[in-house]
Amino acid sequence: MQTAPSATSPRRRHDLDRRNLSWYVDKVVQVLVFVGGASAIVFIIGIFVFISKEGYGFIAHTMDVAEFFTSPRWAPTSEHNPTYGALALIVGTASVTGLAMLVAVPFSLGAAIFIAEFARGKTREILKVMVELLAAIPSVVWGFIGLSILNPLIIDLFDVPVGLGILNSGLILGLMAAPIMTTIAEDALKAVPDHYREAAEALGATRWQVTRRVVLPAARNGLVAAVLLGVGRGFGETMAVLMASGHSVNLPTSVFDSVRALTATIAAELGETAHGSDHYSALFTLGILLFVVTFVINLTADLVIRGIRKK
Amino acid sequence: MRIRVLVLSVSLLLVACGGRDVSRTMNQNKGSDTLVNVAQSWAEHYRDKNPDVVVAVSGGGSGTGISALINGTVDIANASREMKPREIELARKNGVEPVLHVVGYDALAVYVHKDNPVESMTLAGLAEIYGEGGTTTRWSQLGLEVPGCGSDEIVRVSRQNSSGTFAYFRSAVLGRNRDYKMGSNDMHGSKDVVDLVEHTPCAIGYSGLAYATPAVKMVPLRREEGAEAVLPSVSTALDGSYPIARPLLMYTRGQPEGAVKAYLDWILSDEGQAIIAEKGYAPVGTLGR
Repeated sequence: MQTAPSATSPRRRHDLDRRNLSWYVDKVVQVLVFVGGASAIVFIIGIFVFISKEGYGFIAHTMDVAEFFTSPRWAPTSEHNPTYGALALIVGTASVTGLAMLVAVPFSLGAAIFIAEFARGKTREILKVMVELLAAIPSVVWGFIGLSILNPLIIDLFDVPVGLGILNSGLILGLMAAPIMTTIAEDALKAVPDHYREAAEALGATRWQVTRRVVLPAARNGLVAAVLLGVGRGFGETMAVLMASGHSVNLPTSVFDSVRALTATIAAELGETAHGSDHYSALFTLGILLFVVTFVINLTADLVIRGIRKK
Repeated sequence: MRIRVLVLSVSLLLVACGGRDVSRTMNQNKGSDTLVNVAQSWAEHYRDKNPDVVVAVSGGGSGTGISALINGTVDIANASREMKPREIELARKNGVEPVLHVVGYDALAVYVHKDNPVESMTLAGLAEIYGEGGTTTRWSQLGLEVPGCGSDEIVRVSRQNSSGTFAYFRSAVLGRNRDYKMGSNDMHGSKDVVDLVEHTPCAIGYSGLAYATPAVKMVPLRREEGAEAVLPSVSTALDGSYPIARPLLMYTRGQPEGAVKAYLDWILSDEGQAIIAEKGYAPVGTLGR
């Protein structure tokens, strides 16, 4: 960078008012970085205000809170009896995310422990790249896999009427959430200082003993946070769940039943509803519900990472 | 499909904006997913004949097109259902008087898996399968044994509740005051319904006739018990013998004028109607008789 010669002279310290190019660059970068940092806050508040405003009409006038949380009948476009029961949608999202976590937690924690504690050299590098590649697969591609590969496979294997449901979307979502959980869990394990491991090894512990007795307890907060962020990912995922869950308003009684997720309902219906109608703002109310749940999960994960719950 | 349409309309827009010839006129055309393939084909053929007029087509559903017409952002809205009284009221409030044009007819076909032995169904029988409170949940109740469907359960494939096809099937089959049974698989497009039925032996679904493929079977329908069973086709939709056929509509803002009028007149001409017939819908006008 071209600067004035005086900028490098020792007298600069006494001449506080001298503003050269570097000084301006510094100020501009400071402002830009501040705008970047503040924008996150502006956006989150803006989004919350927007969805609250759009959902307000429904919450204030039409919404029957008891019906919303306890009725499984979601029929917003019924001619004579429009009903806004979100129970089946909430149960749908929860059951798919629950199964996804059953799939993802063992896979991702296992992968993280292997990468961080056992793998060495090239193996570890290749594995890390592979896990990151897995995270780069677009969700619509996962949805296609659910629709065209898992669906016939589940029908054949279990002789069920339709292969789109909790099992299908739970497996897909588990595989989608696993890479991000692996990466965060691995970071948590890496953050455990090496002298913990060295001390344990000096006492004669095997590598698994070191991992189980020393590293895992020390990294516990980070691991919990990894799982919680995976849950948040599961709640928010839309496209893959829309395609693999069967998109059916239904209180499931088995893992083969089709269900419908909150996110998928918004995605499928919002495009064709008239602005300002009850249906439109009811969909935004679902959005508020999702926003609040995901916000609480992420906040909890953040607090856990910061170790506030550390004893 | 929706994405393809979007890409197409964006590229049309770019062509329209980038062209040096400023005298080009643009017709904005948006709406029904049922009509989107035809609308796109019309736009392409029309551009070949009249390079000065560009028609930008996008889908999104009847409701989307009608909303856009109400808000004044499109010249022509495609719809597979009529505007609701409330929508017309909203449009008038915005100073838009919607004018309806019938541009073709579509038979709504009932699809089952190709191995399904069903020979025909009545509208009342369909209502028992799809309607709230209906008691038909198993194929054996209809006296059928469907190969590959060990569970015997009828998998109902339907559409998302904001689509025009969903609303039309409800009024034509279930009746105005009956709702759908909860728990159907609500697909997000006409083609998705056919795709799911193709891969699911237990399934039954409804979608436009134009989306039929050799991999699925269409069920001949009877208006009532004892009436003749009619297969959906262009001719049975036209002569009214097939019980669930609906007009396909285009709405304009007021009586069409200028470029919009020229475009609509061309659509209703034999040349335009030959294109809709080729896509699997029933034409109107002299071709239809």
